[in-house]
Amino acid sequence: MHLILFFLFAGFCLAGAINLLLQTHPINSALSLIVVMTSLAVLYLLLGAEFLAIAQIIVYAGAIMVLFVFVVMLLNAGREERTLGSRAAGVIGLPAVVVLLALLATIILHTHNLGASSASQPITDTAELSAVLFRDLLLPFEVTSVLILIAILGAVALARLGNGERTVSK
Amino acid sequence: MNFLPHDVPLTWYLLLSAALFSLGIVGFLFKRNIITVFMSIELMLNAVNLSFVTFAHQWHAVKGQIFVFFVMMVAAAEAAVGLAIIIAVFRVRATLSVDRIDLMKL
Repeated sequence: MHLILFFLFAGFCLAGAINLLLQTHPINSALSLIVVMTSLAVLYLLLGAEFLAIAQIIVYAGAIMVLFVFVVMLLNAGREERTLGSRAAGVIGLPAVVVLLALLATIILHTHNLGASSASQPITDTAELSAVLFRDLLLPFEVTSVLILIAILGAVALARLGNGERTVSK
Repeated sequence: MNFLPHDVPLTWYLLLSAALFSLGIVGFLFKRNIITVFMSIELMLNAVNLSFVTFAHQWHAVKGQIFVFFVMMVAAAEAAVGLAIIIAVFRVRATLSVDRIDLMKL
């Protein structure tokens, strides 16, 4: 059961990621990314992280992707033109990515002390997680809330029309 | 049927994470739309989160999952600010193509 679910959703993940690369319209890429994130939530659940699975759906597939889709529609982003782009990206970038993937795969496959994940292993429940989060790591948690607040202010300050800023007339 | 183990080895999760990360890099390098480039960065963040959850499962450590929680919060802040920057750039340059946003290019 665990094996079937893993293959199903790992397949969805990879298919979504490849589809993100192949699509030329940003809205299709955004929808593929939602598929990837939702499948990752199921994989988190298989790994026993129930809180993170829900947070992944709410924060990533919900909030962040709504923001992306909203911006794509707001800016009326069309189909991207196929340019060759930077030549350095093709000449150096692609072999570098292949080398990086091979390196990571080699390191991972040579790690022997990794166990197996079975469905019978206990799920980290939210109470256990929140005990650490709200007691031992209370200060970092509060600091991130300040970070979010600053991010909201920064986003508003950046996105609103500034004084004397020229808008491009269509 | 002894090729397929009964339980999923954690190595497979890590390999999936590495593959997703590499696909994110490929998207970052080859996509020409700035929004899609930004989506590739989100994909890379998600791939790293998957490794964090895998290692947290391996060592039964709650702190690994909490790290993912913090990464999610920072990613949310990053998405908000990044998309605001994209809107500001679009307002000035009227394009989303990363080839045409080249004011700082030598």
